[in-house]
Amino acid sequence: MNPILKIHEKDNVGTCLRLLEAGEVVHWESFSLIVREEIPQYHKIALADISLHSPIYKYGQIIGLATQKISQGEYVHVHNIESIRGRGDKKEEC
Amino acid sequence: MKLMGYPRENGTYGIRNHILIIPASVCAVEVANRIAEKIGAVSLPHQHGCCQMGDDFRQTVRTLTGFGCNPNVGAVLVVGLGCEGIQPSQIAEEIKKTGKPVEFITIQACGGTTKTIEQGLSIVSKFAETLATAQKVPFSINHLILGMECGGSDPTSGIVANPAIGIASDQLVSLGGTSILSETTEVIGAEHILAERFPDAAQRSKFLTMVSNVEKRALAVGEDLRGSQPTPGNIQGGLSTIEEKSLGCMHKAGNTAPFIGALAYGETVPTEKPGLYFMDTPGEDIDSITGMVAGGAQLVVFTTGRGTPTGCPIAPVIKITGNPETYYNMEENIDINGGKVMQGDCTLDELGEEIFRKILLVANGAQTKAEKLGHKEFGIYRIGFTF
Repeated sequence: MNPILKIHEKDNVGTCLRLLEAGEVVHWESFSLIVREEIPQYHKIALADISLHSPIYKYGQIIGLATQKISQGEYVHVHNIESIRGRGDKKEEC
Repeated sequence: MKLMGYPRENGTYGIRNHILIIPASVCAVEVANRIAEKIGAVSLPHQHGCCQMGDDFRQTVRTLTGFGCNPNVGAVLVVGLGCEGIQPSQIAEEIKKTGKPVEFITIQACGGTTKTIEQGLSIVSKFAETLATAQKVPFSINHLILGMECGGSDPTSGIVANPAIGIASDQLVSLGGTSILSETTEVIGAEHILAERFPDAAQRSKFLTMVSNVEKRALAVGEDLRGSQPTPGNIQGGLSTIEEKSLGCMHKAGNTAPFIGALAYGETVPTEKPGLYFMDTPGEDIDSITGMVAGGAQLVVFTTGRGTPTGCPIAPVIKITGNPETYYNMEENIDINGGKVMQGDCTLDELGEEIFRKILLVANGAQTKAEKLGHKEFGIYRIGFTF
């Protein structure tokens, strides 16, 4: 079984189907990448380099924006992406 | 499979036959609970019913009335204090229109706790005698209303459990039944996709207004929604944003059925127009399930990534997880292990079929784990203040 699930071709993050360890090289289909840090099961991994403020795609849809530059193989979660919606804390900027 | 249920005078069918004790307000809850306990009936403990206003007041009335009208209820006793905002007679009159036996009493008119319990027990004993002779009859799937819920979500919910429920929902609707997608908060970020499935422009716009109203309410608090939605448990499980949660949540609505309409919280599902509906409920599971059951849902399917024990006082709740570890951790509470799809041991279509078969079995009387454990969670979605 593939260790990473990419749901839609547009996605730049995948879901880890098991815990991935730092330094692991993961191959599936014609794709391979180096895991940069430990990522828990069912959490997300960057499938490509993602620049600051650019959209994160899962299900082929935007699930948020990068709050920092993210490299392929890095762990993607609340520490480096944020919601666009429901942001009362950013109300003045809207 | 042939469905068997209890026929009601208004043309609906119950898949359970409960005697329901409805406290009109928080002041009558203890007395209502004691009547229910003594005779094996079901009560609805809640904290509301007085000093409410406007839409919030009407929503609470609609919820309590809706539970009384739900086809799974065979007879109703409304217990009030007597002076509360929601008058017990008002709820009883509305429920009486279904044709089922309904009575109301108040603590002030009966003369205190003990006398009210005595009088309540005397009324409910007669209900029990009537219901004891009730016979099930065959009924069409057109009369089956399924509520759909997800709670304690993790990434497996969006990948396995919700899409599998979507398959079961599509099958139910294609056979002429009804299912309800709920949880407006968990539509934020996915509304553009769901909106395309409303053929009726007026209903589509009603749906989009519901979503934007909830987001406005969240924005008015002036803080980041994150931490409330997704919850700390969602985040620990691997969901990072409300958009990600919503895009997983929406899969419960399947792929093929169009949305017929968008209903207010607890609004009665039009039984003459079966199909897929949306209901404006909060992301909080108990309040959301309560709204759908008040609208007439006779049973609920509930996906959970993290695990939850939730039941309902009058409707069976079938629990499904997409996370194999969660299933083994909380097997006592979870009916179906969808984790086998994550492990590659079965397909999504097979899981969808298993859920559909389970829906029919439970409709015909098979007990869910929540029923066996006696889970009866009940919560009314408040949209205003108590004065």
